[in-house]
Order: sequence, then structure tokens, then C-alpha cells
Amino acid sequence: MKTVLISLKIFLFFTLLTGIVYPLLVTGIAQFVFPAKANGSFVVKGDKITGSELIGQQFNSPAYFSSRPSAVSYNPLPSGGSNYGLTNLKLKKFVDSCKIQFISFNHLDRMAGIPSEMVFMSASGLDPHISPEAALMQLGRIIKARNFNAAQEQKLRQCIRELTEAPQFLCLGEERINVLLLNLATDKIQ
Amino acid sequence: MTAQELIQVLLFFGVLICMTPLLGNYMYKVFSGEKHFMSYVLGWLEKLTYKFSGIQADEESNWKSYTFGLLLFNFIGFVFLFLMQRIQSFLPLNPAHLPNVSWQLSFNTAISFMTNTNWQSYAGETTLSYFVQMTGLAVQNFVSAASGIAVLLALVRGLSRKTTEKIGNFWTDLTRTTVYILLPLSVLFAIVLVGQGVVQNFKPYESIHTLSGAQQIIPMGPAASQIAIKQLGTNGGGFFNANSAHPFENPTPFSNFLEMLFLLLIPAALTYTYGKMVGSIRQGWTIFSVMLILLIAGLCISLYAEYSANPVFGHLRLMEGKETRFGIVNSVLWSTSTTAASNGSVNAMQDSLTPIAGMIAMINLMLGEIIFGGVGSGLYGMVVFIIITVFIAGLMVGRTPEYLGKKIEAFEVQMAIIAILLPNVVIQLFSAWASVSSFGLSGLNNAGPHGLSEILYAYSSAAGNNGSAFAGLNANTVFYNLTLGFGMLIGRFGVIIPVMAIAGSMGTKKTTPMSAGTFRTDNGLFIGLLIAVILIIGGLTHFPAISLGPLVEHLLMNAGMTF
Repeated sequence: MKTVLISLKIFLFFTLLTGIVYPLLVTGIAQFVFPAKANGSFVVKGDKITGSELIGQQFNSPAYFSSRPSAVSYNPLPSGGSNYGLTNLKLKKFVDSCKIQFISFNHLDRMAGIPSEMVFMSASGLDPHISPEAALMQLGRIIKARNFNAAQEQKLRQCIRELTEAPQFLCLGEERINVLLLNLATDKIQ
Repeated sequence: MTAQELIQVLLFFGVLICMTPLLGNYMYKVFSGEKHFMSYVLGWLEKLTYKFSGIQADEESNWKSYTFGLLLFNFIGFVFLFLMQRIQSFLPLNPAHLPNVSWQLSFNTAISFMTNTNWQSYAGETTLSYFVQMTGLAVQNFVSAASGIAVLLALVRGLSRKTTEKIGNFWTDLTRTTVYILLPLSVLFAIVLVGQGVVQNFKPYESIHTLSGAQQIIPMGPAASQIAIKQLGTNGGGFFNANSAHPFENPTPFSNFLEMLFLLLIPAALTYTYGKMVGSIRQGWTIFSVMLILLIAGLCISLYAEYSANPVFGHLRLMEGKETRFGIVNSVLWSTSTTAASNGSVNAMQDSLTPIAGMIAMINLMLGEIIFGGVGSGLYGMVVFIIITVFIAGLMVGRTPEYLGKKIEAFEVQMAIIAILLPNVVIQLFSAWASVSSFGLSGLNNAGPHGLSEILYAYSSAAGNNGSAFAGLNANTVFYNLTLGFGMLIGRFGVIIPVMAIAGSMGTKKTTPMSAGTFRTDNGLFIGLLIAVILIIGGLTHFPAISLGPLVEHLLMNAGMTF
């Protein structure tokens, strides 16, 4: 009986400590030190939130850089991947159709090597990044869709260079570029 | 593989090896009740816990009451978590107005978090409120991890003490682990994670219009605090469905590096603590070496498979189910580490790994979660294998087997065999049942041998208390929720109870001094023997099933076949 009482009391105590006090403490510190990040790293355009820097968006217009294919069409409720195994015929067909679509959409050579993230679905379905190569391959299409002149094209190339994130601390992760930020920057080019 | 990719792997293991003695030494001080720098900062909290709960901190008990306390405490946790989900809609902090959770899913989830498994048949952002996640799930993340360590501590005391029934006080072990180790590390880690972009707030889901004008509802919540403990406590249950692949859960390569490190940190450091507690740091490093060798071997095979071209996709880098910011190397390093440690969080979809990398992940689960394993549970699982190895070695040289100066007798070997067999029985029987029944097969997302892999993986994950999944499997059905639930229970307590019995029986034994004839358990020969025993037991049990799943899939994929 004594053990039952102790169990109940200590469970209650730890629920208060690790279930209420701990998250509140972390929230308090986080909101004070990193308010923007703790609240979702939102990107504001004009006076409206236009998305989160971390959550990818779908872009179908030829005037915008495309994101990766997504198993959830960039709907975060809920996030997730395709969970197709590599021997799944659906995956094979999907990748083949993505390849064809990417090549025709960007008017590329039929034999062009496509960055693989553009034909495979991400794990979260919300991957905000593509590789810089994938951005450069879409450059021609964007320029055409926006009727950019040579000066504007230079600015766009400059954007890609500036927004390319190197591996963190020079060694962690992959080189990548945030599609939403790149498209916002593209919109700003006069 | 490029040099930069290799550097990440080396850096990861370098930091892990360096942190092991540092944290190990600190934990030794905490567990043995010595003064350490945190006792000045948090000593009051430990005392407050005892006072509030009416605990006599210096009162030790025998193995049966220790186990009884542990089981009862875990059972209460289960009941609360179950009920909390059932009445979720009446509880606060539910801005998305999520409804009550079904009985079978609540049952599965409550067992899952109570057993340190964190198998998730649900998607966090569309199923559970902030309140249930933080005061239900996260609390279990802390205390299930602390329970695992408590079992380990009881076992270590049984091994290192002489002729006594007393193996410690469950409540003090639970309290010290939570207050001095899990809590401070989690606070620090959570704040660093927020600095990288992990969300931590109580705001409602944000409805926005994207740049292309579509509506997107972005979930929020107190994620960082939960992610910190889910990694540290080898729990692995994601706040969001995509787990640590979700950009809000793991936004940068640096957050990824830390999350990966923290999932192995405590299990690795415990080997050092173990060495100190049994009076020979060499014993600790021996176990560490066995774990590290098995982990790196698995990693090398997985990386080789992931970087190999295959006839289905040619020379495309296999980025299916992987995130751009992590790339292949971090995804595979994670998938190997998370299955070796009984963590189960993922930063890439296990289901979409190459058949061989998926197989390595599965083997890590099937070996019993002892390659670092869960906090506490990995090491006590490893001690079970050590007992078997010492026993076999004893048979070979014709001497009574001994470990740490104590005789290993029939009772210990029986208990060790039970602890090894029960999880394996779960994997084999339940997988067999699911793969011949319509309610089992209806959950599959992939046809062909990969379908069998999905089922095998699910029960291996449950029995090993890992929690990761070949997530294409739709497991939110009555059949899967119940069988996986019972699988997790057996995988947890079917090991804990025999281990506690071993602890009790070892404690009552005398210690014989080491002599020239003692079989050493801290040298290279023993490392080799132990690895061999682990692989032979695991191999004999699971090779037939693996050969029908991932192995045959690998061969068919290389023949260019799809299903």
C-alpha cells in the first residue's frame, strides 16, 4: 500500500516537473532569446505572412523555381514521405514521369542529368530546399517566363549565389538553396 | 562518398568517444550519491521529490520489491496516458480541436511511450493536442528512460555487491536520473534546438497563403522541449509525423548532428559508468568496443548499399525519402544509429532505404537493441549476452563460468535465455501471423518482398522497443495496434523481469578473487567472442525471415525487378 502511494505521488510530481514546468521553462527562455525561430521562422511579405522559411511550398508556375516532389503536396497536415520501397513499381513510374516533366518544363536536353532530389520525394514532404544545381537548371525557364533582360539575369544568378547555403560550419550537411526565399528574391528583381 | 561526407562521420564518432568518459564519470557520481557540481544547483529538487512523495532515500530493497515498484509506477503511467488520450477534447491546450483518440490507438500509444518504444500509429500534428504531447508523452519519455537506467543500476549493484539481498532504491534511482541527468541536459539541448529553428510555443496552427496563393496550415506547438528528451532518452517519438525529417523538428545540419549525437550519448556513456561501478573501467570500454564495432560494421554496409548504383534507378543518387539538407550520408548514419540505439526517431524514411540498408536497420532491432541500445536497457541487454558468452566460454574450457568474480549458474543462464528468447518469439510469431492474415496484409504499402519487410520491421521494432517503422505500413488498425502493443510489453518487461531476477541472485553470491585461471572478460578475445555470440544467436533466429524479405528484395532489385 505504501508503494502504491509513493508511486502515485512521485508520478504526479514528475508530471508537474517534466510535463508542465520543463516545457514552460523552455518556452519562456526560447520566446525570450529566439522569438522568431520559436514561433516558426515566418517570412513576411508586405504585412502578411507568406510562409515559413522552414516549410517548403509548392510552385507550379513557370515563373517560380519548383520545389521537390512531395508525397503530401506540401500540405503539412500531416507531414510524411511516400514510403515506397525501391522495388515499388509506383515509385519507378513516378520517378520516370518526374524526369520527363522536369526536362520538358525546363526545355532541357533529353539526356540531361537531373539532380536526383527533383525526381524523388522528400521524407517530410515539406523539404524547403533544393540543390543549387537544381536551381540553375531551372534558370532558363524562369528568365523566359519573366522576360528578363541580361542585367536582370545577372541579378538572378547573383541571388542564387547569395542564397546558396554552404554546408554548416563547412562540414555538416549538404549545399542547398531555400526555394521560398529564392522565389521571393526573384520577385524583387526589377 | 566525398571527403566532406567522411569528415562528418568521423567527427560524429570522435565526439561520441570523447563525451563517453565525461558524461560517464558524471553519471557515476550521480548514481552513487556522491557530491557533484549539479547537487549544489539541483539538490533541493531531489530533496523536494523525496519529501513530496514520502520516500526514504537511504532505504534499500530486494529485487522483488524493487521490481514491484517499477512495474507499479509504469502501470500508473500507462493508465494516465491512456485516459488522457481518451478525454483529449475536454483537456486544455488543444487549439486544433483534435477529438478524443480511439481506445485501440490510445492503448497502443500509452504502452508505446511507457515502454520507451515510441512506436507511433498516429501522426502527431493531426492526432494529439499540445497538452497530451507535453504532459502525457513527454513525461513518459523522461520516466521510461529513467526506469531503464534504474533496472541497469539494480543489475550493476547485484554484480558488484557481495552476499546481500539489497540492490538499491528504485525511487532514488528514478529521481536522480531524472533530476540530475535527463532534465538539465534536456533544457540545454532544447534551447540549442530552438536556436536552430525548432518551434517552441503554444500558438494555434497558423493558416497562411503561400506565395502561389494556396492555403497552407502550419502546425505549431511545444516541439523543442519534447524533441530534446525524445533523443536523449532514446524514446524517438516525433512531435510531428515526419519525426526528425520534419523541418520544424530538425531544421539544420547542426541540429541533425546534435540530435544524432544525443540519441547515442547516454547509452554510450553508461558503458563507462558501468565500468566504474563494477570497479574496472576496462570492462566498460570492452562493452563500448563491442557496441562500436557492430555499429560501424552496420554503417559501412548500409553506406555501401546506398551509394551503389542499381538497375532500377541507374546512377541517380537515392534521395527518395531523404531531405536535401541532410543528404545520403547523414540519413544513413542516422538510420543505423537510431536502430542500434533503441531510439527510433528518423530523419529519412526507413521504408525507402535500399533493401540492404533497411536490412541492417532491421538486424539492429532483431539483435535485441544492444548495440548501445536504449538508455539502461541496451546495457542490461548486453550483460545478458555477456552471461551467455561467459557460459559458452566456460563450457569450452571446462570451468565454472564466472563474470566479475561471480559464478554464473543455471538460474542466471535460464533467466538470460528467457530475456533473449521472449522478444524473438514476439518478432517471429506475430510477423508470421500478420503475413498470413488478411488484417495483417491489408496494412501494406508495398508489394513483393518489401511487404514482408514492412511487417517484420514493425514487430522487430516493437519487440526491441525501438519505435521506428517502415512507415508505409498502416498500423492504425485494431489488429496492429493490439499485437504491436502486446509485442512492446513483452519486449520490455519480458526482459526487465528476468534481468532483475539475475540482479537479485547475483547480489547474494560471494565474490571469488581473480586468479590465473579466470577467464578474462576485458580483452580482445572476449570482444571477438561476444560479437560472435550476438551474431550467431541473432543470425540463427532471424536469417530465414530476413532472406525472404530484404535479401531477396536486394537480389530482385539488382535483376531490375519491380512490383
